[in-house]
Amino acid sequence: MATNLKGTDVVVIGLGAAGGVAVLPLAQAGIDVIGLEAGGVVTRRDFAPDEIRNNVRGWPFLSSHKTNQEAPTFRATASAAAVRGGHPMMNAVGGTSMHYWAQHWRLNPWDFKVVSETKRRYGANRIPKGSTVEDWPFGYDEIEPYYDKIEYELGVSGQAGNINGTIDARGNPFEGPRKRAYPMPPLRWTAFHEKMAAAATRLGWHPFPGPAAINSRSYQNRSGCMYHGFCNTGGCHVEAKNSTAVTTIPRAQATGKLKVVTGATVTEINVDSQGLASGVTYVMNGETFFQPAKVVLVASFTYENSRLLLLSKSTAYPKGLSNNHGQVGRHYFSHHQGAPVTALFPFDIKAWYGLPAQGVAVDNFADDNFDHASYDFIGGCNLWAMSDRRPISASGMNTLGLAPNWGSQWKQFIRENADRTHSSYNQKTTLPYEDNFLDLDPTVKDPLGLPVIRITGEFKDNERKIAQFSQDKMEQWYREAGAIQVTRGPVGGAMGASTHAYGGTRMGDNPETNVVNRWGMSHEVPNLGVLGGSVMGTSGARNPTHTMQALAWRTADHIAKEWKNIVKG
Amino acid sequence: MDAPKIISRRALLRGVGVAGAAAVAAPAGLLVSTSDAGAAPAAAQTSAGAAAGRQVYQHLTASEAELLEAMVDRLIPADALGPGAKDAGVLTYIDRALGSALASSRAAYTAGLAALDRYASASRGQGFLALNARDRDSVLMDVESGTVTPGIFTGNSTQFFSMVLGHTRQGMFGDPFYGGNKDFIGWDLLRYPGVRTTVTAADQKSLEADQLKPNHRSAYDNEMFVKATARNDAHDQDHNGDGHGH
Ligand SMILES: Cc1cc2nc3c(=O)[nH]c(=O)nc-3n(C[C@H](O)[C@H](O)[C@H](O)COP(=O)(O)OP(=O)(O)OC[C@H]3O[C@@H](n4cnc5c(N)ncnc54)[C@H](O)[C@@H]3O)c2cc1C
Repeated sequence: MATNLKGTDVVVIGLGAAGGVAVLPLAQAGIDVIGLEAGGVVTRRDFAPDEIRNNVRGWPFLSSHKTNQEAPTFRATASAAAVRGGHPMMNAVGGTSMHYWAQHWRLNPWDFKVVSETKRRYGANRIPKGSTVEDWPFGYDEIEPYYDKIEYELGVSGQAGNINGTIDARGNPFEGPRKRAYPMPPLRWTAFHEKMAAAATRLGWHPFPGPAAINSRSYQNRSGCMYHGFCNTGGCHVEAKNSTAVTTIPRAQATGKLKVVTGATVTEINVDSQGLASGVTYVMNGETFFQPAKVVLVASFTYENSRLLLLSKSTAYPKGLSNNHGQVGRHYFSHHQGAPVTALFPFDIKAWYGLPAQGVAVDNFADDNFDHASYDFIGGCNLWAMSDRRPISASGMNTLGLAPNWGSQWKQFIRENADRTHSSYNQKTTLPYEDNFLDLDPTVKDPLGLPVIRITGEFKDNERKIAQFSQDKMEQWYREAGAIQVTRGPVGGAMGASTHAYGGTRMGDNPETNVVNRWGMSHEVPNLGVLGGSVMGTSGARNPTHTMQALAWRTADHIAKEWKNIVKG
Repeated sequence: MDAPKIISRRALLRGVGVAGAAAVAAPAGLLVSTSDAGAAPAAAQTSAGAAAGRQVYQHLTASEAELLEAMVDRLIPADALGPGAKDAGVLTYIDRALGSALASSRAAYTAGLAALDRYASASRGQGFLALNARDRDSVLMDVESGTVTPGIFTGNSTQFFSMVLGHTRQGMFGDPFYGGNKDFIGWDLLRYPGVRTTVTAADQKSLEADQLKPNHRSAYDNEMFVKATARNDAHDQDHNGDGHGH
């Protein structure tokens, strides 16, 4: 029997990157919010620069419990057997924004208009076969004020490339116009970054420093980055990484309107007799509670967003909540960030200190920034040369056929070369397809007995061609900078569980093909909203979190403004 | 949780880390908080073990330890370039982890080490320990490539090999807090200048000018950091978190 709790205005499921943002505008509007978070609280004292704990053992006591226990299964196609994969996300207040890399990109204008822009420039037959991609229900201009909001409220460092149409050659000339500069200058470059930038310029490209949700100097009374080298999958010991745990969440709590409940795992979203969301059921220490709410916001990361909806079956929604059109789980894709390229240089890169959000980007080959008339794909890749090196991972470097993997010869090799390689993965445009989707696994269950998500998905021709193309460009860049050996990884097969996972509850005007409307609210359940990558219908060629957070703020703003209309229903 | 009062890692290494030296009967409570597996004494040395001049491990049996030591000594040998895995305390790292984070690998060690010895006898006429360095290497190459006599290894010898190699690198290049990388041997080998909590632009410049001196500090020499605990360590999964996550 569930214990009934006192009702609230809004319940947010998950206080990660997306949910942790939405609570602030709601609380500031005077709305009572309860944030239910499956994880606990971690602080800067938990963030030791310890590679074994953070990287080798994957955050033993901070994250792995829930996400690992419910790690999705995956298979390339519906005829293949699904296998269990990993799940690198965090369970804690702040969610994965605690230990993510914090590259903080806006999407480019093209990403919102992939279909219409492709048809206009190249013809309808250039939309890849089987893709279910749609234009977003709005363009870049609509989301720009929210990008700006996130950049200033959380703190994003970077170099503007286009302020109100005026191009600044130090920034990305291809970015959409922004109203103002970033609130902080970009993270510093090392000598290697300078070398890569010079090489890009010689090739006629436009290198610029990437944007980061990391303080390049002190901001909002928090420190600037210390560049200590343990940012990858590690939290920040000086709170220079602008996780929601140190920005929006405490500010929302300070209003007195946000109550954070930790250790609360939501298992179902409940509905009333009219088919409206009535609240959520959660489990804490083996006990079950029912938390009534006037509005429910699901912000539990892409897999759990779809899973919670699919698990919440009722008479009104027999196939799962908000799934009477059969769209929950559809239009799923894992961002193609594989197909790595690794280079060996004849000099030390001096990359022991620094972070993956610090580096040189090139956008010339992303989106529709170049003419695709002579190519057989649409979209592209963002090239990115960052800093990321730690001793154990350095010792595992590919010896490129120049030495064995152990013994005295290896020792000699690693002594010389541990700091001489550089790898890049390059974010690539990834599209949704008819036969890539999420559903509930028929056999694999989590410890509560609930089925886990099953991913059915593979990268298709368009993604694989971009991968090949991006490897060509990356190799060209490395060689220009002096690389003496370059190797490439495979161009992509099955889609495993990803840190960049999109779709499942896509946003769009058409309820036949989308779960949520342009505001992020369910087409079928007017007082249910969804936050995170699950609402995004395109990926662009860059990391997703900035867009998720801009959308989360926008949804929360909408709820605050339309409160009377939304709760009266 | 509050950080227990910790004696500096270096003091600890000086005190108990000298393999083969007389045992220091270190009262565990003095060294570290009770639940703190990571910072447990370098090895629980009994007076019997000390009398025999040999380190006694918590989880590995004496014969497993001998075989494993001989194996890691070939993976990262002491040579003209400097000390190797044995000197760095890689065995201590693995032994300790087998009781916590790597507990699920315990059986694979027992089976794999026995199989290694059997394969050496079957193919080279002598147990692994009786072989000279060159023959040990050639046995290990077979184990690595999976070209061993069928039936000797349960499952796949390559898997066993890469497991031991992976753990050897963790012990060699991980934070000394976990029992390996003694005297920062591993970090010096890679020319890694060490764990720092602040790296200024000037530090980076001096690194680029080859002038940044290794600082030889464990992350946990910084009092601010909460240490991994035994209880939590046990939930660990041994996976490479460096995969494809950004
Ligand atoms: C190593 C790494 C590096 C990354 N680097 C970048 C980067 O550089 N740039 C970028 O843009 N993105 C990056 N990402 C991706 C980024 O972390 C995600 O896009 C972002 O965190 C997703 O936000 P979210 O709120 O949907 O999920 P999360 O931030 O994961 O938050 C979800 C929260 O919901 C909670 N939760 C889940 N289920 C339930 C439930 N049933 N009940 C209650 N609570 C629940 C979780 O505990 C968690 O706190 C990275 C990810 C990883 C793992």
